Amino acid sequence: MQKKRKLVNYAKWGYIFILPFFVSFFIFSLIPLVDTIRYSFYEYYRSGIKEIGPNFIGMANYASLIQSDMLKYAGNTLILWLIGFIPQIVIALTLASWFVDVRMRIRCQQFFKVVIYLPNLIMASAFAMLFFTLFSKTGPVNSILMSLGVISEVIDFMRTAFGVRTLAGSMNFLMWFGNTTIMLMAAIMGISPDIFEASEIDGCNSTQRFFRITLPLIRPILAYTLITSIIGGLQMFDVPQILTNGQGNPDRTSMTLIMFLNSHLRSKNYGMAGALSVYLFIVSGILCFIVYKITNDDDPDGSKAAAKAKKKRGER
Amino acid sequence: MSSKSFNRLRTVFAHVLLIFLSFLCLFFFYILIINATHSHAELQRGFYALPGTSFLKNFNSVANNGEFPMIRGILNSLIVSGCSAAICIYFSALTAYGLYAYDFKLKKIAFTFIMMILVMPTQVTAMGFLRLITKMGMYDSLLPLIIPSIASPAVFYFMYSYLESSLPLSLVEAARIDGAKEFRTFNQIVLPIMKPAMAVQAIFTFVGSWNNYFVPALVIQSKDKMTVPILIALLRGADYMNRDMGKIYMMILLAIVPIILVYLLLSKYIIAGVTLGGVKG
Amino acid sequence: MKKKLVSVLLAATVMTGTLVGCGGGSDAGDAAQSTDTQAASDAGSEDAGSVDAGSDAAGGDEGKVINIYSFNDELRTRITAVYSAIENTSDDGTVSTLNDGTEIHWVINPNQDGVYQDKLDEALLNQADAAADDKVDLFAAELDYIVKYTDANVDVAMPLSDLGINPDADLAEQFAFTKTVASDVNGVQRASTWQACPGVLVYRRDIAKEVFGTDDPVEIGKKTADWATMKTTAEELKAKGYYAFSCYADTFRTYANNIAGPWVEAGSTTIKVDQKIIDWVNDSKEWMDAGYFDPTVTGQWNADWFTAMSSSSKVFAFLFPAWGIDTQMVPNWDGEEGAWAVTNAPLPYNWGGTYLVAATGTDNPTHVKEIIMALTGNQDNLTKVAKEYTEFTNAQTVMDAAANGTEFNSAFLGGQNPYGYFADSLSSIKMAPLSSYDQGCVELIQNAFGDYLQGQIDYDTAKANFETAIKERYPEILEIQWP
Repeated sequence: MQKKRKLVNYAKWGYIFILPFFVSFFIFSLIPLVDTIRYSFYEYYRSGIKEIGPNFIGMANYASLIQSDMLKYAGNTLILWLIGFIPQIVIALTLASWFVDVRMRIRCQQFFKVVIYLPNLIMASAFAMLFFTLFSKTGPVNSILMSLGVISEVIDFMRTAFGVRTLAGSMNFLMWFGNTTIMLMAAIMGISPDIFEASEIDGCNSTQRFFRITLPLIRPILAYTLITSIIGGLQMFDVPQILTNGQGNPDRTSMTLIMFLNSHLRSKNYGMAGALSVYLFIVSGILCFIVYKITNDDDPDGSKAAAKAKKKRGER
Repeated sequence: MSSKSFNRLRTVFAHVLLIFLSFLCLFFFYILIINATHSHAELQRGFYALPGTSFLKNFNSVANNGEFPMIRGILNSLIVSGCSAAICIYFSALTAYGLYAYDFKLKKIAFTFIMMILVMPTQVTAMGFLRLITKMGMYDSLLPLIIPSIASPAVFYFMYSYLESSLPLSLVEAARIDGAKEFRTFNQIVLPIMKPAMAVQAIFTFVGSWNNYFVPALVIQSKDKMTVPILIALLRGADYMNRDMGKIYMMILLAIVPIILVYLLLSKYIIAGVTLGGVKG
Repeated sequence: MKKKLVSVLLAATVMTGTLVGCGGGSDAGDAAQSTDTQAASDAGSEDAGSVDAGSDAAGGDEGKVINIYSFNDELRTRITAVYSAIENTSDDGTVSTLNDGTEIHWVINPNQDGVYQDKLDEALLNQADAAADDKVDLFAAELDYIVKYTDANVDVAMPLSDLGINPDADLAEQFAFTKTVASDVNGVQRASTWQACPGVLVYRRDIAKEVFGTDDPVEIGKKTADWATMKTTAEELKAKGYYAFSCYADTFRTYANNIAGPWVEAGSTTIKVDQKIIDWVNDSKEWMDAGYFDPTVTGQWNADWFTAMSSSSKVFAFLFPAWGIDTQMVPNWDGEEGAWAVTNAPLPYNWGGTYLVAATGTDNPTHVKEIIMALTGNQDNLTKVAKEYTEFTNAQTVMDAAANGTEFNSAFLGGQNPYGYFADSLSSIKMAPLSSYDQGCVELIQNAFGDYLQGQIDYDTAKANFETAIKERYPEILEIQWP
């Protein structure tokens, strides 16, 4: 009770501290966002360089999107995301826990830690160019597979749904697993070594330690990883865009939602693009809400235990 | 005994996997370097595993080409990415701290609000953003690439999560009892604790900003303000007339060098910071 | 208390929303208005233009900055080569200074992701409000989308006559079709080009000798005279392990350039897919299945395609206009010079062309006129451009002379003079009627049916995919008619 009263005294500082964020947000994001939402109720596009509209048409944009292939693109997005995300989170968790586990005695740790993040430094477009070279019909991957006798005929990766999706997924994996590993590592590092020591004394093996201690304690960061990854997944754009030249070939099987949005933006169809944005907004909001709820409120020993441990250390 | 040999096996497996992943990661850089040493004609013919002889030629054609001012572009990118990363992590930490350490009426709403905007794709507001900055007279300037990063919900959220697990409020109170002012508390006590989180996000923000093509392509017009990704797109867009793949690869390679340097610099700091945080805690 | 604050915040948000809404609304109003004012100022500038042209005293009332929008440096190199008033150009290629102190600002944006047209459109829409030195004065447009800008209703392209150019007299040497495509529905010419792009067939001499026993262009030309003959020829090539062409995208232009009606009639919301396009699909399928195309090549402008132009390739021929030989084949050929030759294509066609367009509202009409005339109407300059850049320039007499002389013999083509074949192709070009939807239609139909030709999807799915994609690109299109 006493503590609470004390905090209230400082309330104005809370406002001052968050002010820059909100001012910047209101100017640079909210005004454009309101614009976007407003136009979603209008027929508003460009034909050549003539502007058509804006004419108010109510929910017509929303209705015609439902009738379009939007759901198919949502499915594509989900598949592409899963192909990249599942290995990404598994590998990242494994690596992060290895790196912080002294008993693993990983050699050249520094080197590995530095190297795994490197692919993230290459621009997506440049990365896609390299993938093209490697996986083209005359590229080295095909010729190596051929000479090893794995395949008898060259594979045109860019022309099968499986090929393009796998390539896009692997690119996403390669570009982002290092990033996730580093974040998780920072989170695991934040856990007090005392807890690990205590668990060791209690006879935990490494598997138990991972699932019983590490995972619950890094919950907040894990939730962060999940949420940002879901958002990143929903917003997946540049890799498949460049890989398929914006067409989502073949048969639009690698067309993601943002590529769909982008094709509306290209035709300056602000009405449709606005409606699609609102859908995206709602879906990602719901998904993140679910993830947030599951990871934050469900398990009481997770974050609270961490906070307690921290507090104890702080007091000491 | 068996658990020991199990551990040993695990360590071996870990090394194999790590070596494999590192190979994949470095492989792309290797190809990039190899490609940058070949001439356009050679590259059109196929793929090479060994370096060619055109490294200097490609380098000179990039360095001496006034039409694609690479040095200027790298400088611009450094300014934009550096400033973005700096103000982004500072203000995100400030906001996170403000919401974490203080209790005020709009706290819950503000937090929910930020979580809501976290899910907003950049493309959604792009056109409105362009109209807005044009009206504000910031078209074709580096400012609109920097200032909006004050409000980065994702970075904020990371900082907030980190504070949740790393900053005991009692520490803040202790500082207050010692008579520290709020900003001083933040700058001298909270920020040092957040160093690892800030280093991590600094790298991510820097890289994200360095490789951003979408927004700069909308906003920047004059050549002397272009960032590296636009220059590369421009060079690639130089169509059928004078496309030179060797030159393009060289340019990509050059574009990566500064960012690798920044990364290596900061990565030392991260690992040091993480260890430091651990020991201190 | 808490509730109250929440409602205040809500109210504030709503307020902001409304405010923004209002701002946006009046913006749209502005836009509508500005179109009017623009139209009005047009009338003004038209007068001004003709006065300027009449007084000819040059430059006095002209703006100090000429903004030229383009998608690569091709236009800049050409203009710099022929416009004598240019004294020097800055190292970064963004500013050229004229001898009267006026500056040309080169605004170059990549075609990639439609950035060039986006920026140009934005600038043109703001043309009326822009400060004199920021106005677009001259811009480049490719044949695939020229109609978007020369549309009389849009009126962003200034009629050449308003600049003081009389197309009939001053540009009499230009090929008729290049003038037709640059004219609006009323026949008013609003753009002008320095190049005509008649396509020919470029083939490998060594393959010709091995398969047909001769590499003589006349003999080979008989074997490529039309598509039926071409098919027999392809069969002969296949028997010896060669491919007639690299891929179906190569042959597309010969069909697409000979369609009977435009993709979209002016003012219509229906796309009419021409029978010729369906012929392309069917023929390509047949050729694919028969193995006349190189299976490793799946489209143009990619590494596989470029590789198909090198000495290791089994591809017999490519279909290209003059610019294609110079900018694609020469850099990608790695063997001895003189390995290729030119002959007639199965169907004459035109591929590409960059047009100069004077922007309505320009504050530099005199200079713009000078530049257009220097590059597209001056016979000496057109000769120079043809020589320096191996282009087929838009000048009938010059090109006739080129075809008959030896000055234009090409070492790359083994000493052959290709201009005769260009001229032949050009004389029989029946230029397809254009529409402002061509760029999207051409790109998307190739893409949709590419999947079909590769055996990924069936014919009806390809049709459906084209319909979906084209409606996304052009929201005003309501219907697609198939022949």
